[in-house]
Formats: sequence, C-alpha cells, structure tokens
Amino acid sequence: MSPPANSLPANSPLANSPLANSPLATVGSPMTAQQVLDREFLEVRARVLKIAATLDRIDRSAAPAADAGRMEQIRQGLQILLSDAPDRARQVQMLFSLPYRSDWPQQLGVPLENRG
Amino acid sequence: MDYFDPHIHMVSRTTDDYATLARMGCVGMSEPAFWAGFDRGSAASFRDYFRQLTEFERSRAANYGIAHYTWLCINAKEAENVELSREVIAMIPEFLERPNVLGIGEIGLNKNTKNESIVFLEHLDVAAKYDELVLIHTPHLHDKYLGTRMILDMLVKDARLKPQRVLVDHVEEHTIGEVLDRGFWAGMTLYPVSKCTPARAADMVEQFGTERLCVNSAGDWGPSQPTAVPNFIFEMRRRGHSEATIRKIVYENPLTFFRQCRRFQFAPRL
Repeated sequence: MSPPANSLPANSPLANSPLANSPLATVGSPMTAQQVLDREFLEVRARVLKIAATLDRIDRSAAPAADAGRMEQIRQGLQILLSDAPDRARQVQMLFSLPYRSDWPQQLGVPLENRG
Repeated sequence: MDYFDPHIHMVSRTTDDYATLARMGCVGMSEPAFWAGFDRGSAASFRDYFRQLTEFERSRAANYGIAHYTWLCINAKEAENVELSREVIAMIPEFLERPNVLGIGEIGLNKNTKNESIVFLEHLDVAAKYDELVLIHTPHLHDKYLGTRMILDMLVKDARLKPQRVLVDHVEEHTIGEVLDRGFWAGMTLYPVSKCTPARAADMVEQFGTERLCVNSAGDWGPSQPTAVPNFIFEMRRRGHSEATIRKIVYENPLTFFRQCRRFQFAPRL
C-alpha cells in the first residue's frame, strides 16, 4: 500500500487506531468538541436514561432470568463506552459481531482457488 | 441540492414517494434486485420482476424527472435454493443490455452459508464474463463483520474483477476501513433500525474522507426512509461541512461509479 496521504500526528487521538495508517484523506469535523457536546447532550442523556431504565426493567422482571451471554455483552459494551479509546463505535460493533476465521472456505467446503 | 440515491427499492414505494424525492432534489437512483419479503417459487417470477425493474419503474421515475437504473440478481436471502438461483442467474444475460441496467446486484451473503457463497461466486462469474459492475449486499447485525470479510476474500481471489468496479454496500464502522483500503467503493445505508444513521454516516465521512464513498436509503418494504439521503445532507450542513464535500458524496461519487458502465447515460440538469 502506498504511504498515507495524511498520516495522523503522533499525538492524535486516532494515532493508535486502524485509521492511523489509512491512505484515505479524512475530512475531519468542522465543529468544536464543545459544540458537539452542546448539540448532543440531551440526546445522549436520554439514551443513557433509556439503557438504565431497561436494565432496571430486566432486574425486576419475573423468571426466567435474562440470557447471561447477551447480558454480559451489554456489560462489556458499557465498559467500552467508559474507555478513552478513539474508536469506541468500531469496538462496540466488533463486540456484537461473529468472529472471522481465514479458513472459512475449507470449513464450508467452498473452493476459492483457480478462479479467474 | 441535486443528489443520487444509489440503493433504493422503489418497487416497494408509492408514486407519491417519487414525487417527494423529486421535490427534495433526487435526480437519479439505482435499484438493486431484492428479496420480496417472501421466497419466490419460480424463475418466471424473477422474469416478471426484471421486467418491472427495467421497464415499469424506469417509466414511473421518468414521470418525475428522475433517472432510474437497476441491478439484476437473485438476492442472498433466496440463495439457499441453489437450483432456483442457477435458473435465475442463467436468465440474467438476456436483460443485461437493457438501457437502465448497471450490472449485477445486490449480490452477497445473508447468513454466511455455503449455498449463499456458491451462488455469490456464480454471480461473480456472470459479472466477469459480461464485464459488468457489481453491487454487493453485506449481512446485518452480528453477521456483518464475518460476512463482509468472507465477501472480500471471494472478491480479492478473483483476478477478473477490478475493485474500482465493485461497490460494497451497508458498510459500518467495523467494515468500512477494510473495504476502502482494498480499493473497493463503499456504500453507507441509512436505516432507522439496523445499518447506519445519518449522524454515524457523517462521522465516517469525517474519519474516512469522501473518496469512493456513497450514501443511500435502501427505501424498501420494511421500516425505512426513502428520504434518508436528504437527511444526511441536512446533518452534514448542520455540522458545517461545505456544499462541495456533500455534493461529492451524494452526487459526484455515484455518477463516477455508474459511468464505468458502458450503457450508463445521464444528462445533468441545466
């Protein structure tokens, strides 16, 4: 791959993310952090409240208990939100994704060689 | 602002939707062949569907000054039936030279199965044989990452296909980087339930730039908004992005991708 057209500076919050070596020219946000917060605060507050109310509802609901695996996924997702990582959306997506294995063609019996 | 919706299922929409989209600046759209919400029972059903896509929808859109283009395939949700899929794939070439056909699509995976993979590869054979553009559906929710990686594996192993002639749709935060880094086009589908919101799409533009990136509405028979692309334009404007940046994503990029199709003709508004 050719050298990045816009390598991120070492002190960029994205410097350690998969975006750091992308050859793509980013656009960046025209808004300041305070402007983003001002615009989004009420919506984020409402969403946090919705999650809290949902967890409360699960706790006070009758048996059988909620599926432990999915509840653990939700807890891990909330931990990602509390981190300082620059790519929390990508990390949450990965948390809720099936894993990839490069030997899937052999596992499924789908020949990929000798095409074209 | 004039815009294209490169992925919208207008057979599921009313004529009033065409009028609304025209008023909001839609000058062109492309409609991939899709699942009808139920599995069709015969190749004859697909023949009628392909006629609808290449004849009726084209004229319905033209009544509102919208150029309608389409893509042909049997969708991944029906690909478990390999026998039916092969009958439909064999029928595709007789429709390929119709003037509003852009290529093969939306092909891809749904539950990432062996049969879906086989049918996907056989669609790629048609695209390679007839030198057609390809539009790709990637799975949703927990299947998306695995399915997208499987699709990319199948694409890069096929030397007949040029990445710049393939658009991988429904990308999200965890799949967009790899699609663009490998030289493919990427589409962000704006959807109220799964897929992506206008705000998250704008976030990805800010992080990944505007090259080889499009947005679309899907606008199908399920919960969806055919006006999602104007919603994205509005979100970008609210953030202070330039008209040139927005126009590149919603107008110039789809045109650049579509112009690789030898049949594609479009007259911009004067």
